[in-house]
Amino acid sequence: MANVNTHVQSVADIKSKVNPVWCPGCGDFGVLSAIYRACLIMDLDLKNTVIVSGIGCSGRLPIFTKCYGFHGVHGRVLPTATGIKLANPNLEVIAVGGDGDGLAIGGGHFPHAARRNVDMTYIMMDNSTYGLTKGQGSPTTSPDFHLKALPYGVQEENLNPVALSLAYDVSFVARAFSGAIDQMTDLFVKAIKHKGFSFVHSISPCTVFNDTYKYYRERIVNIPEEHDVHNKKSALDLWQIKGKVYLGVFFESGREDLGTTLKNLSQSVQNKSGKGSIDKLFDQFS
Amino acid sequence: MPNNLTIRVGGDTGTTTGVISTGEMITLALARSQYDVFTFRTNPAEIKGGQAMFQVRMGNHPVLSQGTNLDVLIAYDEECLKMHGKDLKAEGLLIFDADVFMAEDMYKEQAYGVPFISLAQKDAGNKKAKNVVAMGVVAEILGLPLESVKQVVKEQFQHKPENVIEANLKALESGWSWALKNSVLKDFAVKPRELKTSKLMMSGNEAMAAGALHAGCRYYAGYPITPASEILEFMQKQLPKFDGVAIQTEDEIAAVISCIGASFAGAKAMTATSGPGFSLMLEALGLSSMTETPIVIIDCQRGGPSTGLPTKTEQSDLMQAVFGGHGEAPRVVMAPANVKDCFFGIIKAFNIAEKYQIPVIMLSDQSLSQRTQTYTRPKLNTIPVWDRIKANGSSAGEYLRYQITDNGVSPVALPGKDSSTYVATGLEHNEHGYPTYTPANHFRMTTKRHKKLEYIAKEKGFTRRFGDEQAKVGILSWGSTEGPIEEAIRKANQLGYEVAALQVKMLHPLPDEEIRNFLSSVQQVIVPELNFTGQFNQIIRAKYLIPTIRLNKCAGMPFTPEEILNKIEEVITKT
Repeated sequence: MANVNTHVQSVADIKSKVNPVWCPGCGDFGVLSAIYRACLIMDLDLKNTVIVSGIGCSGRLPIFTKCYGFHGVHGRVLPTATGIKLANPNLEVIAVGGDGDGLAIGGGHFPHAARRNVDMTYIMMDNSTYGLTKGQGSPTTSPDFHLKALPYGVQEENLNPVALSLAYDVSFVARAFSGAIDQMTDLFVKAIKHKGFSFVHSISPCTVFNDTYKYYRERIVNIPEEHDVHNKKSALDLWQIKGKVYLGVFFESGREDLGTTLKNLSQSVQNKSGKGSIDKLFDQFS
Repeated sequence: MPNNLTIRVGGDTGTTTGVISTGEMITLALARSQYDVFTFRTNPAEIKGGQAMFQVRMGNHPVLSQGTNLDVLIAYDEECLKMHGKDLKAEGLLIFDADVFMAEDMYKEQAYGVPFISLAQKDAGNKKAKNVVAMGVVAEILGLPLESVKQVVKEQFQHKPENVIEANLKALESGWSWALKNSVLKDFAVKPRELKTSKLMMSGNEAMAAGALHAGCRYYAGYPITPASEILEFMQKQLPKFDGVAIQTEDEIAAVISCIGASFAGAKAMTATSGPGFSLMLEALGLSSMTETPIVIIDCQRGGPSTGLPTKTEQSDLMQAVFGGHGEAPRVVMAPANVKDCFFGIIKAFNIAEKYQIPVIMLSDQSLSQRTQTYTRPKLNTIPVWDRIKANGSSAGEYLRYQITDNGVSPVALPGKDSSTYVATGLEHNEHGYPTYTPANHFRMTTKRHKKLEYIAKEKGFTRRFGDEQAKVGILSWGSTEGPIEEAIRKANQLGYEVAALQVKMLHPLPDEEIRNFLSSVQQVIVPELNFTGQFNQIIRAKYLIPTIRLNKCAGMPFTPEEILNKIEEVITKT
């Protein structure tokens, strides 16, 4: 078993025995499909790939793959993924989770993941509702949306995940749409290849409680080819244009990832004072 | 020559710098003369302002408790003398700052007013060096070798410029000469000892952190909190030397969750916190238990609830550690008894966590975490270190991550190492790890996870019996209270009282056989605890259905041996 080839040859090799439990037409099928394809394109080794998820409809995703997976607790997908990647930097770590998971209960972790810039990818599957608890408002629910569980709509302004990630200085920021799987696949590949913390805001409508396919199809536009992905200011301009939802890569920077920084730190400390041993440590206390 | 001395330094941190550093220098000088030491400190929760106290008790045998009455009190201000004067022995020595106040007449026979501030100004050119002047006075009184004390001062200021070190050495000699010239009582002189065994002087937090490194901990995540922050600082300094990773996270939730992630990836991982942070970690404790991902959590307990008494000690998180969190999540709870035990105990915590793939909580407390104690340097190659049982791709057919086994432990596949991939989930799952909610499966898997506790309860080395062999009165104790209890029992035995104690170092699951043997050997049981409600007492009563006598102290302070002895006398003389 140990020398089994765990590189994938076809999408069928990545699918697990567990069938997805999502509702028909759910945007999450699109995200799953794009992840399968990205793994195939990148020739990822299943045994070196870990998909981490939080709680909600999106949280089930790792179970539908043959990668290693960790389906943790609500809102904590980023700390889980951080621990995995820092403990074994050779792993390819992909974190997935919903908008409630990442911006409500887990919102406090996002800026710190950005700050640390651990080399991993975060796919936020945004349906702007809490699907698994039947349609409550989420941090990204726009006052324009009409949810079944909210007879009077939402009264709070919605958060914009792309704007937040740009403000937090995430080192790779993109947006994808479940209705455009080829482009989503391409963006996932770019995000996974990016050395550092990459974020893909993935619009993934909930056909049962908040069907926004029509809403987004009327508004989505590809980011113009002339957009300079290294220019934060023009990236910020893009999200502010009213009535349009841009898809593509907003921003990218080559900031050093935390794993590399820590490795270098370890090296320089050891160059100076040698490799650690308990005996040497005891000497300091005797 | 006394074989046991207790020295206390106190003053307001707003007006005096160096209460703690005076104490630390005296402690180090005593340890360098090869005496056993035991320190005790109270800080105000504020950085500046409020009375701070540092106490060191030294002896020519392992010191068990902080002691009660003082041989030497160094008072930097009048408030300090008001607070601590009552603890000074009748024949004790009071040294006070004569530049700040005059001690009352009642201390006339035993008091020496030293002009700390003016001596520091005159001889070292800096008023701030008054703590080093005090150090010089004490060193001369104790008869410590001047050269060795100079070395301690040099180390204390090693990161300071040369002229600062020079000034402080002058301050030291200034205090030394003052004591010599004014021929202070010499009843307190101790001689340096010549010992063959090498000793270590560490705080409980340092010993736990060092032990974790020996156990193989290579991932640490933490969030600053009193009185656990020293562990974070220690690990941040040391782990890079051991090719490990230490990070300060945004909160305690991220700390413990990232440890679970790191452990899933194969690392031995630990976090340390205090009560408020541990409360935030309870959901993750269930995740660790459910996914069978081993982690070690240190809870340096402090006075609670809520923000409580951040710098004071208490044993009030036991119920939270044993029962905290939703659902029924098997976990292990351990408690070290002293600094040496902190080192050996945390290694056992990792060993049990790894062997049984279960979260282990280590319950220290402020008085243990922040006290300094000497102990014999451990022989490292004799300490066993265990690792979790790996699947190693050996399973014929399909890999069952949560395979039902006799002891509930299933071989684990590690990402990057093993082609037998699986998904860990906090949802109830079957042997494959797939989410499954059937009634039969939930019972079967809950049984599997709890099976481990039966085996852990039989692991050896989690109790220590001491005292009279024929005792009719027994004390069941846990955590940092061991020292004062042992000291009290020695006195009680000398007084002819037949009393013994069983120190329980694993509080969940309980080392059942050892506890039953002890309980059946005595007629009455006292359960002393530093809390209000008697948490361990409740657990013992519930499990063994016996009447117990509880002794509780809820004051933010450790027991004194006298408090324990009084209870022993009360119980014995009443029956």
